[in-house]
Amino acid sequence: MPAEPILLDFEKPLMEFERSIAQIRQMAEAGNEDVSEQVNQLEFRAAQLRHEIFANLTPDQRLKVARHPSRPSTLDYIQGIFEDWTELHGDRVYSDDPAMVGGVACLKMQDDNDGQPVVIIGQQKGRDTKDNIIRNFGMPQPDGYRKALRLMEHANRFGMPILTFIDTPGAYPGLEAENRGQGEAIARNLREMFSLEVPIICTVIGEGMSGGALGIGIGDRVLMLEHAVYSVISPESCSSILWRDVQHIKEAARSLKITAFDLKSMGIIDQIIPEPPGGAHRAPLVMAQTLKETLANNLLELQAMTGKERRSQRYQKFRSMGQFLE
Amino acid sequence: MSLIDWFADRRKSQNAPISPEHQQREIADGLWTKCEECSALHYTKDVIENSLVCPACQHHNKVEGPQRIAQLIDHGSWSPINEHLRSMDPLHFEDLKPYVERLQQTVQKTGLTDAALTGFGMLKGHPIGLGVMDFRFMGGSMGSVVGEKFTRLIEQSTDRSIPVVLVCASGGARMQEGMFSLMQMAKISAALQQHQEARLLYIPVLTNPTTGGVTASFAMLGDIIIAEPKAMIGFAGRRVIEQTLRQKLPDDFQTAESLLKHGFVDQIVPRTKLKNTLAKLLRLHQRPTDQHELKNSTEVPPLASPVAPR
Ligand SMILES: [Zn+2]
Repeated sequence: MPAEPILLDFEKPLMEFERSIAQIRQMAEAGNEDVSEQVNQLEFRAAQLRHEIFANLTPDQRLKVARHPSRPSTLDYIQGIFEDWTELHGDRVYSDDPAMVGGVACLKMQDDNDGQPVVIIGQQKGRDTKDNIIRNFGMPQPDGYRKALRLMEHANRFGMPILTFIDTPGAYPGLEAENRGQGEAIARNLREMFSLEVPIICTVIGEGMSGGALGIGIGDRVLMLEHAVYSVISPESCSSILWRDVQHIKEAARSLKITAFDLKSMGIIDQIIPEPPGGAHRAPLVMAQTLKETLANNLLELQAMTGKERRSQRYQKFRSMGQFLE
Repeated sequence: MSLIDWFADRRKSQNAPISPEHQQREIADGLWTKCEECSALHYTKDVIENSLVCPACQHHNKVEGPQRIAQLIDHGSWSPINEHLRSMDPLHFEDLKPYVERLQQTVQKTGLTDAALTGFGMLKGHPIGLGVMDFRFMGGSMGSVVGEKFTRLIEQSTDRSIPVVLVCASGGARMQEGMFSLMQMAKISAALQQHQEARLLYIPVLTNPTTGGVTASFAMLGDIIIAEPKAMIGFAGRRVIEQTLRQKLPDDFQTAESLLKHGFVDQIVPRTKLKNTLAKLLRLHQRPTDQHELKNSTEVPPLASPVAPR
């Protein structure tokens, strides 16, 4: 029997249905009874309920979905979308950061034989506790950002589009990280990503927190999965700074406007990629397929431009962000 | 003469103690300034003349934006730009206080329109684009206005082919503007990329404090990076790091001195020498064409220059 899926608190009404369905299935298996009618009904109602719940998620609930322990990670999407994935390691300065993965692979749609070689870069959270410690919970060191830049420059030299996957609670706040220039590493990426001629597509797949997310986030297109979040600061830190306690995460999450829908209307992101009912973790393969098609479509549009056009469009895109009175 | 000596003299001469209340009153009048670091008392006038550096312990007090411009720009050569840019409240943000209210109060209290002042001027005869941050305005935090002002300054400096100096003093991104504030890091870095591609000099001056999103963007992108003594410079907050690591951090952690040691700033320059140092660097980085133009501005064009016959 597969492990029972982890349910978030607002999914609790769903839990009853999930349990009943599982019990009826077990009984049916034991007694050789035909219960498909009952199961169908319950599954239909569960799907309805799931749809209702997920269509009306509050920002802090979305934050929980975005951080769901079973939510597909960068490496999951790499496996599900690309062929010939070859991971490349190391920043050529100091170390190899497991919180930032990168490499080359091929994006191949059904109707084309050759496919498009690409460079992929993304923050990587662990898939279990042990892995999370190795991956530092997806919080890169400066070495991670330097590895990312090294690979982006590689992509630019070989004319390969860059696809980044953003999923991080932030750049790691540590003693070593500071001493080795966390700020400098992120800053350099921001500047250099504007100099690259190859297409860049950035996708927020989970949580994108602060400068640590932006450090691989300068793209010709910035996409977001439906339940992903992207914020200048984590709602937890925002609550403790502005409300001076940690009890106001809900308010902070709402005030900061971190959902894909808010950010689309603010012009910060270009496109929202719909997730399967109940979130990406409920149907990772479906999610991967949708993501693959979206990436391929965007890439096609971007490849119709020259490198110069892409650079100038990228500049204008970020240049126009901000609101002020004059 | 410090105030302590002066009081001591007065005590001797008058043979009567000065009441602490009296002393406090003269400080409150602004005639005297007590150093927040070493408690030495000095004439306020002397401290201002010393670029707000304590003459006793060299403590660098925070400098208000307009004072900083006066310290760096040749008298009468400053022309400010985009003075009227004002922050909006695009998120309708409200924490313990609505953001609009916070803005109004800060504008009233400081007389500033936002946390950055920008413009063009001469630094010992060298034309530069100068941007200064003012910590009094919501901790020098960077929102859309700071981002737009710096971006325009850098863009126009690129057009004019002149160097840029940005004096940083900031707690980081302005949370109340959400993702708009994060994107200012990208916007300013984009403008710096073009300035750099035009092979123009950019010097950030890091003052106390330079943190968060400012450190992770334009503060660290200088061709040459200068810091003021003992300035606190870092990406993550010290408290956050202590909580994460559950250990005390070394005293010099995230200081200008520590950054120099780790290779992230070029020089620590006392404020009293800042203008001279910048002037020297600007002079050394004049490209041949600049010198040519300088010469041309005062001299007759050389005969060898190709002039089309009429
Ligand atoms: Zn002092």
